Amino acid sequence: MAAPLLVFNDSAPKADILIREVHVLDPRTALNGAHDVLVRDGEIAEVGAPGTLTAPDDAEVLEAQGRHLFPAFVDPHVHLRTPGQEHKEDLETGTRSAAAGGFCAVLAMPNTSPTLDSAPLLRSIRDAAARDARIPVGFVPCVTRGMAGTELTEMAELREEGAAGFTDDGKPVVSAGMLRKALQYQRLCGGVIALHEEDPTLSGQGAMHEGDVSAQLGITGIPSISEAVMVARDALIAEYEGGAIHIQHLSARESIAALADAKQRGVRITGEASPHHLCLTDEAVRTLDTRCKMNPPLRTEQDRQALIEGLRSGVVDCIATDHAPHARDEKEVPFEQAPMGTTGLETSFASIYTYLVKPGVLTLDLLVQRLSDGAALFDLPTPRVEPGAPANLTLVDLEREWVVGDGGYESRSANCCFDGRTLSGKVLLTVASGAIAFRARQLEVVR
Amino acid sequence: MKHMLSVEDLDRADIERICDRAASFAEVADREIKKVPALRGRTVLNLFYEASTRTRSSFELAAKRLSADVVNFSASGSSVEKGESLKDTILTLGAHKPDAIVIRTPWAGAAELVSRWTPAAIVNAGDGKHEHPTQALLDVHTLRDRLGALDGLDIWIVGDVLHSRVARSDIMAFQKMGAKVTLAGPPTLIPRGIETMGCEVRYTLDDLGQADVVYALRMQNERMEQSWIPSIREYAAWYQVNGRRLSPKQILMHPGPVNRGVELSAEVVDSPQAVITAQVAAGVVVRMAVLYEVLAHVPSGARAPEGVPA
Repeated sequence: MAAPLLVFNDSAPKADILIREVHVLDPRTALNGAHDVLVRDGEIAEVGAPGTLTAPDDAEVLEAQGRHLFPAFVDPHVHLRTPGQEHKEDLETGTRSAAAGGFCAVLAMPNTSPTLDSAPLLRSIRDAAARDARIPVGFVPCVTRGMAGTELTEMAELREEGAAGFTDDGKPVVSAGMLRKALQYQRLCGGVIALHEEDPTLSGQGAMHEGDVSAQLGITGIPSISEAVMVARDALIAEYEGGAIHIQHLSARESIAALADAKQRGVRITGEASPHHLCLTDEAVRTLDTRCKMNPPLRTEQDRQALIEGLRSGVVDCIATDHAPHARDEKEVPFEQAPMGTTGLETSFASIYTYLVKPGVLTLDLLVQRLSDGAALFDLPTPRVEPGAPANLTLVDLEREWVVGDGGYESRSANCCFDGRTLSGKVLLTVASGAIAFRARQLEVVR
Repeated sequence: MKHMLSVEDLDRADIERICDRAASFAEVADREIKKVPALRGRTVLNLFYEASTRTRSSFELAAKRLSADVVNFSASGSSVEKGESLKDTILTLGAHKPDAIVIRTPWAGAAELVSRWTPAAIVNAGDGKHEHPTQALLDVHTLRDRLGALDGLDIWIVGDVLHSRVARSDIMAFQKMGAKVTLAGPPTLIPRGIETMGCEVRYTLDDLGQADVVYALRMQNERMEQSWIPSIREYAAWYQVNGRRLSPKQILMHPGPVNRGVELSAEVVDSPQAVITAQVAAGVVVRMAVLYEVLAHVPSGARAPEGVPA
């Protein structure tokens, strides 16, 4: 009876394509080697030994020797800015950006203008997505009306209308009592509650991580405990109520420890880490580049290492970009005045591949898996490379080096913290829900 | 040197060169006509986003004594209050072709940011809690004038380090000149991690006697509103530099304006150890030297921002 969680414009023709001699890597189906992959009418029809499959007459053929084919990525945390902030991003540019980053589905956060906190608004944004979204999008409405933290949204009706979960992302649920009620109500309607963890009395007017760098720059810091005390608190509330919570954009090692503790106790709790927190530290803020200003802030090398270890061990369940576009004029101001956020969809795979997989810190298997592990946390289907599955595929050239921002972005905004860096690993083709959602200009087609 | 943005950019030789030149400008103030023609025909624009009397008048005097033309622009009562962005303000004022812009803002890094938007030389007159490089230079100049050198000096900076751009610039400048720096103040007003700048941290003035120089920072009355300190009374009881705590052989400094009876007692302000008015006088000559440093070697109108054709 409830509406499907994902919606997009599916009028694009279903893909018919033979990808030949490509290195298929899908840790979930234990594929890791050269194969031919045939997609017929948007579905994976066959996965065969390299050079064995022949293309039907109407199918496109790609010679993909040396390239990699992964199950496409799923991002449970993006800001598409519609409605009300379309000067930063909209459903079309945001999903185009996601497709260019190899994603076949994303979940949009509700801190728009107005905030997404009622069923009529959810219906209208889903209608817009059915027209404008290039890949499937799910929506995660607010836990509290207007994200004000004082009254619950009509969670049950929102679930019926396709809410993928609930969050006040951008703000914490400050009141412990309010979160408790939301978790009690969750028994009626389901839907994981995703939490932006921050104690505002500890964050104050902070603009970056509180530590050596902030002390030297004279910028008010956001201490790591601002996040960690809320993770610990909310894990206790979730444990008490038996509710399910998901911790967004983990940044501090103390938070990882609190998450690990809670998991050990059997709490229904999961967590995500962003590419920027996995790849960068507060040292990147020394130049006061506003693209490196985000909330939670880039933290220390020890925090980064704890996140990496958490991702490896599974304490951190998945990678999520927290793609947060802002217009140029909004970011072209002194650091302390700039809004928080970096874009991330187009650099998610390449940044982690370059900084963590190539040097041998993480395996490619793990990266590929964690880039879609967010799906199951929000009851979305997990992409798989196997016959009979809908085609959700990402073709990547791992060797290809590119300079972030050269030639612009698919996103409407350019506030990417990796801008100007040379990364390895370029997405060449994305198939989302059976249709080609992105194709790199460099991609040669045999026929 | 193209700009004066931060002490971090300077090495000891830069600091000494500027202070030496400041010393050579000192006699100008004693002339009947207090002017030299060094920057005749140049335009210096004072752009202040924060209230300031002494720094701004000090820069104004410095520019005028070098025969430059000075325009003052303050954010209050201007287009800034109508919502003009910093960038647009700079582009607009830049159209008047100033040779130098002296800028004070409440935002860290703003002076450096502005230097990318205009061909003018930028002099940082304070950017948020980040830096106040000309204050540090005049403090070094004052101490060199008094003591000859800073090598081996034990300098204590006392008070609200957390909110102080002066403290950050002074820590670096004093250390570059060979002094050892100790910070002392209430634990709530000493930023976590500041010891990584190479200074010691104390929470009492018990060992203040070991200092050669005591540098007191201004304690703002409104700091108690956010509970940084319980009360001005308690602050004064623990951290006021007074006749009981200051020994006669120590030098006392303060960036001004002083809160008498709060961070300093009246008797030490008026004592011969206090070099506070010497600091103010040094402000003019050091700022003359700084303006000279960034302007004298380039012909007027010859500047172009990086990457932009002249």
